Amino acid sequence: MSPTPLLRARDLGRKFRRRWALSGCHLDVPAGRITGLVGPNGAGKTTLLSLAAGLLTPTSGTIEVCGGRPGSRPADVGFVAQNTPVYGRLTVAEHLELGARLNAGWDMALATERIARLGLRPGQRAGSLSGGGRAQLALTLALAKRPRVLILDEPVASLDPLARHDFLRELKDATERWDLSVLHSSHLVSDVELLCDYLIVLVASRVRVAGDVRELLATHHLVESPAPAGAHVVSAGPGTTLVRADAPPPGTVGTVGLEQLVLAYLEAHR
Amino acid sequence: MIWLTWRQFRTQAAVVLGALLLLGACLAVTGPGLAHDYAARGGGAQGATDFLEQVDGTGTTLYLVGSLTVLLLPALLGMFWGAPLITRELDAGTHRLVWTHTGRTRWLAAKLGVVGLGAMAACGLTALAMTWWAAPIDRATAALEGRPGPSVFTFARLHPLMFDMRGVAPFGYAAFAFLLGVTIGLLVRRTLPAMALLLAAFTLTQVFMATSVRPHLMTPVSATAPIDASHLTFVGRGGGVEVTVDEPGAWITSQHTVKDGRPTSPPSWVVDCPAQAREGSADCYGELAAQGYLQRVDYHPADRFWAFQWRETVLHLALALALAGFCAWWLRGRAF
Repeated sequence: MSPTPLLRARDLGRKFRRRWALSGCHLDVPAGRITGLVGPNGAGKTTLLSLAAGLLTPTSGTIEVCGGRPGSRPADVGFVAQNTPVYGRLTVAEHLELGARLNAGWDMALATERIARLGLRPGQRAGSLSGGGRAQLALTLALAKRPRVLILDEPVASLDPLARHDFLRELKDATERWDLSVLHSSHLVSDVELLCDYLIVLVASRVRVAGDVRELLATHHLVESPAPAGAHVVSAGPGTTLVRADAPPPGTVGTVGLEQLVLAYLEAHR
Repeated sequence: MIWLTWRQFRTQAAVVLGALLLLGACLAVTGPGLAHDYAARGGGAQGATDFLEQVDGTGTTLYLVGSLTVLLLPALLGMFWGAPLITRELDAGTHRLVWTHTGRTRWLAAKLGVVGLGAMAACGLTALAMTWWAAPIDRATAALEGRPGPSVFTFARLHPLMFDMRGVAPFGYAAFAFLLGVTIGLLVRRTLPAMALLLAAFTLTQVFMATSVRPHLMTPVSATAPIDASHLTFVGRGGGVEVTVDEPGAWITSQHTVKDGRPTSPPSWVVDCPAQAREGSADCYGELAAQGYLQRVDYHPADRFWAFQWRETVLHLALALALAGFCAWWLRGRAF
């Protein structure tokens, strides 16, 4: 892990009126990675990302983004909010102008190239775009800032499968083209599998498992129930048990997929 | 940010500007004729009455429409420009977009600056146009010495029912109503309730301002007036009387009957005194004076109109600034 993580949270909590949406959260998100943050609804993902984007302030604990207070350097952080809000009355081109006027480091060439490639008409009002088009516009606004960090809060949750795939491919393409750390929340493991190389499973404000995706897959094994004594059991099922171990333990019946792995952790902390 | 605010605001601005320009054009066309007609009449109460009686239907309509526009515009702009200013962004979630591109305080400052100055210009310039156009009518109404004039021309411009429709104070009213709308929107976070609350709150503050604050912005002049047919304006069923003072266009804030320097009620038979100067009235009021009944009147002379206007403008601008500061403070670090 690099010395300054993308995000570091210590005992982080946020209360809304009387309800804690997030409490006692310890979390490190490495820089230079594409991190998928997975968890059930109500795990505190949106609250955590809003805190990271500087849209919220913590009720308790601390949070740092790139080693600084969230929101202290808005140019460094691109943020795509849940439901990808855009100004319905403004045209696509006006959104780009807005980005250019608000961001000193705005990359207009990148923005117009993306808009053209995605087939969005510059004169079209954002309100009449499809859900996928709106999400792509929101992503363009976040990317053309040329941020160091991109934070996405379930940007594809409401999109149809094709639009979702397009969006994620565009995002992956952008991360491959330049040095960009990404923190992407989703409750769909398939999205994370497509895009991310680092996984964090968050359930009820707690990190249940975190690590490099390939490493996680290599260190989780399905064994016949019951698991051997002393094994690190993630979740036990009637036929097979998921255990965590560096090498396949005796009785291993197969490798595990990411979906299955995440589900096992979610099940274990239901 | 200013560009974005203007881009979001320009359609509404154009609609209001168009309507006001139409009103302005009507005032510009008819204004000189009105001034000429006024100049052609003699002075005094009789000349004023003659002038007011010959104001035609167009003039009467413009007088009403223009005055009501100045009166209602601050509340309307507070409702339609102020209250939705922030709630609309919160509804659409676009604050989550724009706040990651610019600071909240800058965002708020641009919104308040552009739309707020627009509201002030709309209300204030309309009020100034109306003040210029209606000057002959206002002067004639004041010259009626406290009695209601013909047609709708009832009150002088210092009267609480007219004061809000003239002068420079509408600049302040607009700023205050707009910021009150923004503040209520920020607190309730829903557009329609915020609009309704703004209308109620602004109406209440304006009534409170006129009845409880404005009379004390300057020390009233105290005078003693005789109770007679030429001063009497009102006799109640219980015998309470109201008189006017010999100061055209003055605003009487309070009055009571005194006898031997002490507050009292007039004798009950005053109800039967003829209210007009005609046979028998001299005896009736002579008897009242002989018994030592006088009316103590607190009033503001008509020439204090602009002093009141400036004081009230400054007061409302200060309130608006305080609300702007509150909004900026409320936005910081809060969850939206």
